[in-house]
Amino acid sequence: MGLGGGIRTHSDGEDVADMIKTGSQIIWECLEREGVKHVFGYPGGAILPAYDALKQSQIHHVLVRHEQGATHMADGYARASGRTGVAVATSGPGATNMVTGIATAMMDSSPIVCITGQVGSKLIGSDAFQETDITGVTLPITKHNYLVTHASQLARTLREAFYVASSGRPGPVLVDITKDAQQSSCEFDWESAKPQLPGYRPDLSPTQDDYAKALKLIQAAKRPVILAGHGIMVSGAMNEVRELADRTGIPVTLTLLGIGAFPASHPLNLGMMGMHGEAWVNTTIQEADLLIALGMRFDDRVTGNLKTYAPKAKKIQVEIDPSEINKNVKLDVALIGDLREVLREMLPRLQPVDCSEWRAYIDGLKGETAVRDIQNLPDSGHLYAAHVINDLWQETRGGDVVVVTDVGQHQMWEAQYFKHEAARSLITSGGLGTMGFALPAAIGVKVARPEAEVWVVVGDGGFQMTMAELATMVQENLKINIAIINNGYLGMVRQWQEFFYDRNYESTPLLSPNFAKLAEAFGIRSSVVKERRQVVPAVQAARRHDGPVLIDFQVEQEDSVYPMVAAGAGLHEMIRRPNPLVETAEDE
Amino acid sequence: MLKTFVVHVENKPGVLTRVASLFRRRAFNIDSLTVGRTEKPEVSRMTITVDADRDQARRIEASLYKLVNVLLVEDITEEPAITRDLAMIKVAAQHDQRSHVLQLANVFRARVVDVAPDSVILEITGGEDKIDGLLEVLRPFGVLEMVRTGIVAMRRGAKSSTVPATEEFHEVAAETAEDDGQSV
Repeated sequence: MGLGGGIRTHSDGEDVADMIKTGSQIIWECLEREGVKHVFGYPGGAILPAYDALKQSQIHHVLVRHEQGATHMADGYARASGRTGVAVATSGPGATNMVTGIATAMMDSSPIVCITGQVGSKLIGSDAFQETDITGVTLPITKHNYLVTHASQLARTLREAFYVASSGRPGPVLVDITKDAQQSSCEFDWESAKPQLPGYRPDLSPTQDDYAKALKLIQAAKRPVILAGHGIMVSGAMNEVRELADRTGIPVTLTLLGIGAFPASHPLNLGMMGMHGEAWVNTTIQEADLLIALGMRFDDRVTGNLKTYAPKAKKIQVEIDPSEINKNVKLDVALIGDLREVLREMLPRLQPVDCSEWRAYIDGLKGETAVRDIQNLPDSGHLYAAHVINDLWQETRGGDVVVVTDVGQHQMWEAQYFKHEAARSLITSGGLGTMGFALPAAIGVKVARPEAEVWVVVGDGGFQMTMAELATMVQENLKINIAIINNGYLGMVRQWQEFFYDRNYESTPLLSPNFAKLAEAFGIRSSVVKERRQVVPAVQAARRHDGPVLIDFQVEQEDSVYPMVAAGAGLHEMIRRPNPLVETAEDE
Repeated sequence: MLKTFVVHVENKPGVLTRVASLFRRRAFNIDSLTVGRTEKPEVSRMTITVDADRDQARRIEASLYKLVNVLLVEDITEEPAITRDLAMIKVAAQHDQRSHVLQLANVFRARVVDVAPDSVILEITGGEDKIDGLLEVLRPFGVLEMVRTGIVAMRRGAKSSTVPATEEFHEVAAETAEDDGQSV
């Protein structure tokens, strides 16, 4: 502000007056300065002053139908674009409705900023109408959170919030702003409101000693495998990982959230590991002599029983969050830092690793896998989810396609049968496993990347959790295609009941509305598919149509996801799909 | 084994909750936690003792650092350090037993801070063992009430636990602390 020097001109005086803003104006101005173009929110009493000032801002507000939707949208927006997503809600129930979405973003390290209204600062602690201690509630599920009680704290707090959310290991940050902080005025000085975070260290890097140890292990390995995770996308290290594989010849397996970080068609890509990974991929890990974990955190869904996990392997982990080191798996070398920077440091020093024998051995492990694949089984006249996913993939190949899944069987089938070539082309709730994620997250994806073709792949159960957001989608005029994998059950729970609870299908058969008619009620074009030959035409018709389309794929009711590592079992102890060609006796 | 951490945190509302919540969430078992002011108004200092093995201790340190308001974490378990606990013990001391109690207090270098017709309050500072020792010998007289602060710790010698931070931070932090009129 001002021109410097001691002379205060008339225009300087005006500048000062211009700098006096209400807290509400400051909120939107800070968001604009952070590069925010879209927010997802729902108004209410304690956030009304902020909404009143929204009109003066360039920011587009997407009106959601439930605040959980707002958080998933912000999350989807962030995952699809890498930019920080923003959700807005009022105090009390508005804020508590955000909890699931915040926890989802926390578990999957997704950068979102949630702004909630709070009752006036004088009323805090009085059990006022719509008062909830939301900073207390969200303490364990946010990367950090703030309660702002003065307009003068807003600029710095919001700058810190965006910085914390998006740096280091990203995560959700909540800023709770009292009504009086929104209403009162103060001088707004963006420049001097720099973040003051003396205890925050997002930019660690490994020592040369660590690098030397890691390089030695890699060069000495005979049976190495790379475990590729979500951190690759977060760090933007896709090219570096590819170069690492190409240069060394080490095969790559992916976590669920790592899908897309390494092209599916790459000859060194083995596919997904873990509970529903291919049996031979898990066996590869179990028999490896070196695991190179890149931006993954050895979640129990990828390790199975830790006592029997990769017993012969040395382990190297490249990880930005020091608290992940030695959390589940004991490491030989930890490289703490940003993955891309770490790999850039390592790549020039790496020589090819002779693992042709190892790769041939891995090929041998595939064995009869292809025979057991549902795609290759004789046509029984039934429509399987795998058919739908496979055909959807084939039809959309080569395009800029983003698939957003919900949680359950369809999610695993998507991960198995849709071959993702590009980063950020599969958006899914991994860590928290949040049903109801898909539709709202897809809205966020489409807002972030309007040019992309967005497909929601969702179960009949999860869809009914957040289907109110269909109205948001229509109101925002978003072209999203929805594929409901409708099997009349809460399928994954039913599968567990089949395998582990003696087929006691308690509370898993699910009545659904007529989804096609439901779609019509929202003005969405719809179709129903019951046979495999209808899949491709339905997908083609959906892609041709300008507006949103919903397809109700009525699939085989009691199919299961194979292979499967039971919870707590060793990674090599897998339940395989019964093969009718070899095991007709078992197949009913 | 018991690990002792010295943790420097920003003196801001809610920081104690964040630290306590972390220990609960990660299922680390706090043995004792004390918190108080330091030589810098914008910094508070915690001494935390936890039952943990070496790997757990490292994870605790890393998890603490993950809290945005945590400035410095030091595991001083293996280092030469002074640790002190303060206790006030109210002991039943009838007329005929009072001199016994006072003798014992003297042996343990405890101070008498209150005398009533039927009881006395002793104040003792020291390592946990010393306080436990005094308690043991007082029990036969009847311990009516006791309170302990939990330990505070400081390393011996020139090596100091203090937060190196920019001047700018200290200024701003001091202002904020004043504004809020709050401590942890």
